[in-house]
Amino acid sequence: MADATPAEDTNKVIPGILEREDLVLNQRSFGWITERVCGIIENRQPLLWWILFIPLCIIWIAGVGGGLTYLVATGVGVWGNNNTTMWGWPIVNFVFWIGIGHAGTLISAILFLTRQNWRTGVNRAAEAMTIFAVMCAGIFPAFHVGRVWMAWYLAPIPNANAIWQNFKSPLLWDVFAVSTYFTVSLIFWYLGMVPDLATIRDRCKGGIKKTLYGLFALGWRGGNRQWRHYEMAYLLLAAFSTPLVLSVHSIVSFDFATSVVPGWHTTIFPPYFVAGAIFGGFAMVLTLMIPCRKIYGLQDMITMKHIDNMAKIICFTGTIVGYAYLMELFVSWYSASPFEGDAFRLRTLKGPYVWAYWVMMFCNVVAPQAFWFEACRRNLWVVMIVSMFVNIGMWFERFVIIVTTLPRMWLPAEWGLYSPTWVDIWTFIGTIGQFTCLFLLFLRFLPCINIAEVKWTKKEADVHNGEHPHPGDVIDEPTYKGRIDDGGDEGQQSSTAATEPATV
Amino acid sequence: MKRDHGYLAEFADPKALYHAAKEARDAGFKNWDVHSPYPIHGMDAAMGLGRSKLPHFVFFGGAFGLFTGFTLATATQTDTWGGFWKFLSVIPGLDSIPYTTVVQAKPTNIFTTPAFFPIMFELTVLFSAFTTLFVLLALCKLPRLHHPLFESENFAKATDDGFFLCIEARDPKFSREDTPGFLEKIGAESVELVQEEI
Repeated sequence: MADATPAEDTNKVIPGILEREDLVLNQRSFGWITERVCGIIENRQPLLWWILFIPLCIIWIAGVGGGLTYLVATGVGVWGNNNTTMWGWPIVNFVFWIGIGHAGTLISAILFLTRQNWRTGVNRAAEAMTIFAVMCAGIFPAFHVGRVWMAWYLAPIPNANAIWQNFKSPLLWDVFAVSTYFTVSLIFWYLGMVPDLATIRDRCKGGIKKTLYGLFALGWRGGNRQWRHYEMAYLLLAAFSTPLVLSVHSIVSFDFATSVVPGWHTTIFPPYFVAGAIFGGFAMVLTLMIPCRKIYGLQDMITMKHIDNMAKIICFTGTIVGYAYLMELFVSWYSASPFEGDAFRLRTLKGPYVWAYWVMMFCNVVAPQAFWFEACRRNLWVVMIVSMFVNIGMWFERFVIIVTTLPRMWLPAEWGLYSPTWVDIWTFIGTIGQFTCLFLLFLRFLPCINIAEVKWTKKEADVHNGEHPHPGDVIDEPTYKGRIDDGGDEGQQSSTAATEPATV
Repeated sequence: MKRDHGYLAEFADPKALYHAAKEARDAGFKNWDVHSPYPIHGMDAAMGLGRSKLPHFVFFGGAFGLFTGFTLATATQTDTWGGFWKFLSVIPGLDSIPYTTVVQAKPTNIFTTPAFFPIMFELTVLFSAFTTLFVLLALCKLPRLHHPLFESENFAKATDDGFFLCIEARDPKFSREDTPGFLEKIGAESVELVQEEI
């Protein structure tokens, strides 16, 4: 088209650069971040900390200590477990707490590998939550063995009876999986804390505090020669923790799936359990983080974007869990297996625990649907309430899996009922106290936000911000660090490529 | 009796430090380091450092974990090793290795190994994690609770919001007279001589 006057190319689309939401609001400086997070440890705790800590500590000691002592001193009969329902509240609680722990590892490891920088605001607290949840979980299988003084038989060490464990049993796979999970999470959490402990050490004036923080900070100096090994270690641990988090809850699900019990013997269990664990874990993270950010003034680092993202993950995993429920129901009919069909008819329509199934359905499937709507995701009250529902729902899910199935297995002659005793209930409440107390102690003594990583996510932290590498610059692009988008040429190239056909 | 450790230069922001690091690398210094409160993207190349060797060690750690898991399970419960472990029977608790057990109709030879995969996998991860931790500490030469740089009060900012470059006195190109000038030329806001007590 011959046109003498060069007209403006109105077909050229100039892309609007969608800026990422800031992860640190109000342009807080590096020093502000240090001050705000270390201040929690250095200053007096708010009165609320003591109001929560003291009663919960009493509950912890009375519930876990008292309950377990009474159990060991009297015998397993103090629990509600009977010959029919030989797995009751203790195993429900075990799977519940292990599941909650999975969110921390997912945030640390999987969100790291997928370059989700927003994880830096919540990963420290989530990892701490994992450690404490696994501590609460480990109590139950240990005491569930009955003769606790023989629990060391579970360890693969030589003994005088020359007896070895049954390595083909899922119950033993559990021992390996949960121990590995606890150890690796602890290593990951601790390594992540070393630079922050150095920050606290350098702010301490002296005395026992400086000595202890300095001891655990290992003499960290922030030198790049250390950072490069540290970053590689972090990447490797994240790379291991990813299959670990997927495998641990799969192995826990194998406790059920490798049996032949109708309602348990199904291949959907591993992915369903893992999705459910992530679902419940994120709900617990939100339950903890929303009050914390308000009480300690961390809103500029744990922003509405963080809460929005976590709510989206809850929505997503909740949908997977809902799908798993529906698929179980479908297959129980489609399989034409009378036992499978009966198992689910008893769960949903006419068994003794039908109410539990529908509580679970409401809490896990109906309640999180609110998170499809942005207005709900960004409303802290709605998020808090839905998270609480999810926590309750996930406990009920494990209750439904175990306690609705076992009383109605193959032989009607062995059908029975189950109800927890006060020892069951009190021990569980004790573990809630334990979890919360440990978390409060964590808030008191350790940095609850990953200071170094939050500083790293700021725009000012990136030395390439706004610049392009010059030809001749030797740039080593470690593949595991994402660049903060600076718009520019790359954006333009891809958009004009996309609009090329339109201009023809 | 004080000995020079090196010159500690402070910079205003990470970009200045990044460009200064490139200058220091190009000037041929070998015993120097850059200190920041968080890892600066691209600093490894700016300092002329390659990738960390940590993965090489962790690979072997993980492989050892896999081997341990396989051996533990197959030696105690299958007959794949034949009489190989008989020498351990001097220890009373180990005199009946292996004790082959037929569980869930699974075979007692090497073909039962898939039943051991969870344990093999978990031990791989566990040993890899331990290797990562200990080799990291070794490569970083930590714990080292005392270091001459802690003598500098200004250095406390390295873990807060300060950006530093330190050229050590043991570097062949270090010069007590010229190095401060060089540091100021590459953009240092302040230069401090750090000494240690010996």
